[in-house]
Amino acid sequence: MEHTPAWLINSFIYLSAAVIVVPLSRALGLGSIIGYLAAGIAIGPWGLGLVTNVEDILHFAEFGVVLMLFLVGLELEPKRLWSLRRPIFGWGSAQVLGCAALLTALAMLLGIGWKIALVAGLGLALSSTAIALQVMGERNLMTTSSGQAAFSILLFQDVAAIPILALLPLLGVATQSGDAVAGNQALQAVKIVVVIAGIILGGRLLLRPLFRWIARSKTPEIFTAASLLLVVGIAGLMQLVGLSMALGAFLAGVLLAESEYRRELETDIEPFKGLLLGLFFIAVGMSIDFGVLLASPGLMAALVVGFLAIKGLVIYALARAMKLSFQDRPVFTLLLAQGGEFAFVVFQAAAGAQVLDARTASLLIGAVAVSMLVSPLLLVAIDKLLLPRYALLGASTLEEISEPQAAPIVIAGFGRYGQIVARLMLAEGIACTVLDHDAEMIEAARNLGYRVFYGDAARLDLLRIAGAGSAKVLVLAVDEVEQSLEIVDLVHAHFPQLQIVARARDVTHWNRLRERGVTRVERELFESSLRSGRSVLELLGQSAHAARQTAMRFRTHNLALFEKMHPFYKDRAKLIAVVKQGRLQFEEQMAQERLERAQRQPRGWDTHGD
Amino acid sequence: MEPQTLTLSPAAPNGAGNGIYLLAAHPDWRESRVNRRLRDAVRTVVGVQVCDLYERYPDYDVDVAAEQARLAEARLVVLMHPIQWYSMPALQKLWLDEVMTYGWAYGVDGTALRGKDLWLVATTGGPESSYHPKSYNRYFFDAFLPPYEQTAALCGMRFLPPLILHGAHNAPEAEVAAHVDVVRQRLSSYPQWPELDALDPCPECEVPTSDRVRAAKLPMDTV
Repeated sequence: MEHTPAWLINSFIYLSAAVIVVPLSRALGLGSIIGYLAAGIAIGPWGLGLVTNVEDILHFAEFGVVLMLFLVGLELEPKRLWSLRRPIFGWGSAQVLGCAALLTALAMLLGIGWKIALVAGLGLALSSTAIALQVMGERNLMTTSSGQAAFSILLFQDVAAIPILALLPLLGVATQSGDAVAGNQALQAVKIVVVIAGIILGGRLLLRPLFRWIARSKTPEIFTAASLLLVVGIAGLMQLVGLSMALGAFLAGVLLAESEYRRELETDIEPFKGLLLGLFFIAVGMSIDFGVLLASPGLMAALVVGFLAIKGLVIYALARAMKLSFQDRPVFTLLLAQGGEFAFVVFQAAAGAQVLDARTASLLIGAVAVSMLVSPLLLVAIDKLLLPRYALLGASTLEEISEPQAAPIVIAGFGRYGQIVARLMLAEGIACTVLDHDAEMIEAARNLGYRVFYGDAARLDLLRIAGAGSAKVLVLAVDEVEQSLEIVDLVHAHFPQLQIVARARDVTHWNRLRERGVTRVERELFESSLRSGRSVLELLGQSAHAARQTAMRFRTHNLALFEKMHPFYKDRAKLIAVVKQGRLQFEEQMAQERLERAQRQPRGWDTHGD
Repeated sequence: MEPQTLTLSPAAPNGAGNGIYLLAAHPDWRESRVNRRLRDAVRTVVGVQVCDLYERYPDYDVDVAAEQARLAEARLVVLMHPIQWYSMPALQKLWLDEVMTYGWAYGVDGTALRGKDLWLVATTGGPESSYHPKSYNRYFFDAFLPPYEQTAALCGMRFLPPLILHGAHNAPEAEVAAHVDVVRQRLSSYPQWPELDALDPCPECEVPTSDRVRAAKLPMDTV
């Protein structure tokens, strides 16, 4: 053991914690962030105590956030950033100042000194870019209006962190004379301007030729090294002049967003970002000081609930003012209401400047960390409890499906699959009632002139209003497997006359639908894959008709095999045996046919022909 | 594989085209001995537009409008295929069913094909001797031709003397080569064929409207 270096042991601990806990958490439907945080708690000083140098790890892992902002920057061309200036500075300052003011005022009302109240208010007003962007990325929200709004505000916070940090020494026990401070600040300002100008100029003029030159060397790992070097270099430079590293990386990303190497940079940096961000979340989990938490659990709870509630109030009001749709508001509010990693920096710096005493600082840091732990859990609660209700409410606000519909066809799910079915029906002049519960999809479909209703097809009352009681056919084209099966059960129980035509996402889904007696089931990729197979055969020289017949033969065989497999679909061993045997049979049959052709032994009647 | 599209000569003065549209139908060219060579040969003849039916419509989704347009451009329509079950391959029959519509190819106003020629170039698996009352095919081969002939007649087309190669499996190479050559020469020299002048004009087949009142859109005689 004594020959094993510490970093190896540590890496082993981190990686195994992540590998064990994160998949577990995802399987429980809690998302990866909770997994990382839990892993951190488990291996941290208050869990198994396997890791003690939490601070160092946290500092190191913060680089994950830097890389993340670099990637965000890459997605944002300067033009688009410019068009976002209003939301960034308008909504961003409204969020930070509004939250900070309210938090400070409340703290002062509770009899806390104004300095502490102000620092706490400012620090708690910031949100976790890491969690918010990660969650929005996972949910594909980045391009939606609520995603853009949240992103603008987060970006403003990155900028706002600078003056907040600069403010701390002024609040602290002044050791320097005012003039000296002012002088320093002037120098600082000059430095900042020079560095940012340098990054912009350098990015415009130098980076592209540099990357072109490196790319020409055709050494992929050097390109990766250069990408990392770029981010590390810029982050270091920003750190040097006291700016946020993440902001610098973001700026560099924006400057490279239009370059031809954008995709390569993205794929190179992505894995580092993922790992470091994971490590960052682990570090946050480890840094939760359960000592403080246990010493005054009531105070901690009040603190967390209090600041989440106040921020939530301000941000929800903001969301309304921004005219975000009310289904988007809860997630938007929660993602911005939680405390963020910048708060750690602010409170630590404040403790250093003796604005906060050590106990207050660790109490505040603890509150932020707990909020970061709680918010992914709240997110799950919103998904499971609140949004389904909204879906119901939405039915009456988005568009009335309160009017009973009487079309002979009900289509549940208006994604790519349902759309094709619907278009075919409409082309034939057959009326369809279409249900979907994705507000944006509906908006898009409406713009194209479809009558699509907002609603969750797994709800009995909505199905009834949609006309399931009188319709002939239900086209079940929803994305989610569980929802699809739920709908089948509902239909069987309440609308026995309704024939189901279903889309199966995969083999298991197919089997589960069959188990419920649904016979018209299409595996969603089967037919299109066969078409591609035909194209390949044609490119290899088979005639179009021969390729079709080969594919059709395969199709028939495969469908028969599925029927044969169905009774055993829960018994893996037996299933594999059936599949293997079936495949072998088919291959033998095809080989036999090829042989016959080679021997020119015409099959069939006089075969004819020639 | 797109069938070769060749530039057709400009339309004849009477408004009808004067090109040749050849429909080559074989369900599996890999198993073809004669028809594949015929297909390759006719593609090289200037003025002939070849439609490899099973290649163009592997899914049996015949493009009726396009086919009618090609027919309108042509003066000679050639059906080239192996005889299967005493008739044409399934897709060639489907093509007839779908393209030769009432009101276009025949019946009231169905004059699109009037005055054009139809030529059958076919092969049989059995030898000529098998098409005999005393042999297993029990009829002379001519007995199987009336459906072709009457299809042409109903559309006002002349049915040119068909060119049949019997016993295609076992025909000697020299015979196959000669057959291919004849087809090529015939297509090149059309319409300067000596026997055409001796042909009877096409019989008039007027379909009384009372026969077709309810069936305007159905393929022939489904009612």
